[in-house]
Amino acid sequence: MASLVGSRVERKEDKRFLTGKGRYTADINLANQTYAIFVRSPHARAYIKKLNIDKALKSSGVVSILTGKEIADDKIGGLIAGWAIRSEDGTEMKCPGNPPLAKDNVNFVGDPVAVVIAESLAEAKEAAEKVEVDYKVLKAVTSTADAMNGDTIHEGIDKNLCFDWLLGDRQKVKEAFDKADKVISIDIINNRLIPNAMEPRACVADYNAASEEITLYTTSQNPHLSRLIMSAFGNVAPEHKLRVVAPDVGGGFGSKINVYNEDIVCSWAAKKINRAIKWVAERSESFLTDIHGRDHVTHAELAVTKDGKFLGFKNETIANLGAYARVFGTVTPTYLFGPCATGVYEIPAAYTNVKAVYTNTAPVDAYRGAGRPEATYTIERLVEKASMELGIDKTELRIKNFPTAFPFKQTLVHTVDSGDYVAGMEKAKQMADYKGFEARRKESEAKGKLRGIGVTSYFEACGIAPSAAVMSLGCGVGLWESAEVRFNPTGQVTVYTGSHSHGQSHQTTFAQIAADELGVPIENIDIVHGDTDKGTFGMGTYGSRSLAVGGIAIVNACKKIVEKGKRVTAKMLEANPEDVEFKDGEFIVSKSNKKKTIGEVAFACYLPGVRDEMKSPLPEGDEPGLKETSFYDPSNFSFPAGTHIAEVEIDPETGHVKLEKYTACDDFGRIINPMVVEGQVHGGLAQGIGQALYENAEYDETGQLMTGSYMDYTMPRADNFPEFNIGYTCTHATTNPLGVKGCGEAGAIAAPPTVMNAVIDALGGQEVTMPATAEKVWKACKNLKKSNAKAA
Amino acid sequence: MKDFNYHSAKDSKEASKLASSSSAFLAGGMTTIPSMKLGLATYKDLIDIKNIKKLSGIKVSGKSVTIGAATKHVEVSNSKDVKKAIPSLSSLAEGIGDPQVRNRGTIGGSIANNDPSADYPSACIALNATIHTNERKIEAAKFFKGMFETALKKGELIEAIEFQIPEKSSYQKHPNPASRYAIVGVYVAKHKGDVNVAVTGAKSCVYNDKEMSKALTGNFSSSSIDGMDLDSSEMNSDMHASADFRASLVVTQAKKAVDAC
Repeated sequence: MASLVGSRVERKEDKRFLTGKGRYTADINLANQTYAIFVRSPHARAYIKKLNIDKALKSSGVVSILTGKEIADDKIGGLIAGWAIRSEDGTEMKCPGNPPLAKDNVNFVGDPVAVVIAESLAEAKEAAEKVEVDYKVLKAVTSTADAMNGDTIHEGIDKNLCFDWLLGDRQKVKEAFDKADKVISIDIINNRLIPNAMEPRACVADYNAASEEITLYTTSQNPHLSRLIMSAFGNVAPEHKLRVVAPDVGGGFGSKINVYNEDIVCSWAAKKINRAIKWVAERSESFLTDIHGRDHVTHAELAVTKDGKFLGFKNETIANLGAYARVFGTVTPTYLFGPCATGVYEIPAAYTNVKAVYTNTAPVDAYRGAGRPEATYTIERLVEKASMELGIDKTELRIKNFPTAFPFKQTLVHTVDSGDYVAGMEKAKQMADYKGFEARRKESEAKGKLRGIGVTSYFEACGIAPSAAVMSLGCGVGLWESAEVRFNPTGQVTVYTGSHSHGQSHQTTFAQIAADELGVPIENIDIVHGDTDKGTFGMGTYGSRSLAVGGIAIVNACKKIVEKGKRVTAKMLEANPEDVEFKDGEFIVSKSNKKKTIGEVAFACYLPGVRDEMKSPLPEGDEPGLKETSFYDPSNFSFPAGTHIAEVEIDPETGHVKLEKYTACDDFGRIINPMVVEGQVHGGLAQGIGQALYENAEYDETGQLMTGSYMDYTMPRADNFPEFNIGYTCTHATTNPLGVKGCGEAGAIAAPPTVMNAVIDALGGQEVTMPATAEKVWKACKNLKKSNAKAA
Repeated sequence: MKDFNYHSAKDSKEASKLASSSSAFLAGGMTTIPSMKLGLATYKDLIDIKNIKKLSGIKVSGKSVTIGAATKHVEVSNSKDVKKAIPSLSSLAEGIGDPQVRNRGTIGGSIANNDPSADYPSACIALNATIHTNERKIEAAKFFKGMFETALKKGELIEAIEFQIPEKSSYQKHPNPASRYAIVGVYVAKHKGDVNVAVTGAKSCVYNDKEMSKALTGNFSSSSIDGMDLDSSEMNSDMHASADFRASLVVTQAKKAVDAC
């Protein structure tokens, strides 16, 4: 049987997605359901003087109106930060309470203060407009850079500072800088982004008074984790009385990791009114209240020798957490950021210092790449600038500082098990025709255009496990993953995974893995996920961990099945278990023609007897049935890496940046399905290029979101991109049996510095902040013209 | 969206009769419906005019192209007659919004709405259009009064737009990267005696840039407007483009348009 791992198996999920048969949360309608509309603060920062629901209660169709007072009275808990971060001085981070419905203060535009539940959506909306809230508006804090000088947002949190964190050794770095021939420094902004999943958030909460169970259908990337948080911190219901179902989910990019206010409020309220409640976000609510991403202000320095050896690295960053610290909000700018900020280079001394600040803006949390795009942007912009200032070719300078051997003990935290960065660089250069660039630059110049080329070499730490490591760094939970593999008596297989697919194609790739491990045809394998009533506890999908952690749990469970199969075959065929080999779905007794198929073994496990004989196929100590579970906790993160090269052409008259070529050469370890990986790379690149050239979440000084719709928030479209030139190098991860690394975030991590390095190259080294909009680039072109005129 | 009454008028007369101070005509609904959905506009009555046969269709004579008010953008962009008579008008229609918008949005709706960054108003100005309503004929130069404001009276309905066929013309726009509306759109049309340079997106309302029109009437070459320093004091300024950038883009797009003629 040919191996399915490595082949372009068509996606099993496409039949339902392409024919409109997907079942998303908004598709779920329950008998006698009501509709919820949230009353949200129109102010970024205000004190709630009075909230009057009398008029609204009289509005037609209203079932109930609940406010922050009721939720506090019922002792329903608030939203939480999942990682505890300690400041450099040893003090613990400072987090404000974040009640699901604000009672006294609102802290960003969109912060919910009440929920209106009515018989119809129109009636709920109508009534919501009649809820009267008397606010005392306070001065908002919106700027990341100035947040520490603003008014105190949360009582007791001085300077709006959640933590002031250090990773690395300041003294060693000072010594390194003292020895440097040259110090390259840079001031950069990592612009705030809005994730914009295609499916807006939604939830449907149901209560069964007889069983006292709450069922919550919700747009989540991790239903078990949501259940745990809602139960342990939200006090909504004990875990065994709370079922969380995340059915088809239309994209998350990290924005659906969090338990949100609406999940808690609807679950709690469904029990209170003893009816089902449905809430579906409008797109404008998504813009305002989904977590946002990035938003760093950074000063970084690189100490170098004159021949281009890196000696030391400093990174001083202010990270905006928004109004509240959420699940991955505090780890994103720390342990997902700092360790990767030294990039793919051997740098003897380094530190990253992050001041995380609160502002009156939407909470900022993990968004595709989470911390690693910010890290890569910092080091790769610096390295590119170093190449300009030292006059050393940008690819040569990088190669000069690549590690020469693996495992590569990276400066701050990680030990990278495998990789070949030079091979990746050489292949990327070849794919991009790096040598031919100067000729292309001249052609552009002849047309009056400016052409630039940009390079990024990156690595990232994904998988976000082992548990002992992440918990030692402050994570509130272990980040292993589980899988359960169940045979039916007639030989088909159901794989329950704790990972969650919201676009990742698990139904296909996980089935490929199980098909190879078990020798069962792929059409006889079902992948089940997304329901806390099905399968074992799972940690969910984020941080490119599904394959490298969740996939390995499946492999391990399959291996346990095979082990049992060997024992059963041995018993049935009267052989030694050690003499039974498993290949392509058959258990073969070596040096004989005796064998059993895995289907026969499964059948025997479920029907362990024979007519007229007192005989069992099960060896002593083995129970009937064929089902195995694995909880897999890896020994390390996994470390994809690669080199990307972009070429842009700029029209100096309009400032228009045209991305002419984009080459991505990635090392993802073993690839399960190249078609799926291409899709992941394309999507990541679209979001990464989007950050560099188009996307930007902008608040005005009063805290109003200026980019609250697609009229102003530039989502990139297909016509913004060239045909992507994608290739791979492959070194297998040595830390897991499949040798896989993870591919979901690479594009979003590598693309921003790659594109910006190209833009800045075209502009003669002038700094431009992301996104490189037409006007910014036009201004830079005018400056360039002036300075060229002066030079002439 | 608040409840409203829906009417489908069979002719202009009925449509006009149904109109009141709390009504709106509905053609493609590409602005009206989203505005109502967002609560920015409320109407008691929506009077659908797209079933009025007389309002749809394209007629070309020797001197002009006349397009019915309820004609969709896709019909204008696909029309062989328009492509032949005024190719720039066809390509303008092809560049409006996205396929969904072009399949529903109408020329009359666009002009009646007079969005400061809409494309069609610039065509009306550049191509010396005459707006035919159920009551009168209005010259384009007198039709566009200000931001979202036109010479139309309550209940007055645009029936058709008659464009003068120029010798040469071109429409060039610098789109807003998010909405793809024009940050600046410039329609240059060379008629027998003179040249019109109509600009949309740059100010609160479409206008004819007299300075560039004059320069190009004198010498129809992009070099005659190259480096022109336009007054930006009345230009729009927002997060997508400052007034100065817009002023520069007007010249750049005008030059492109002349070169494309």
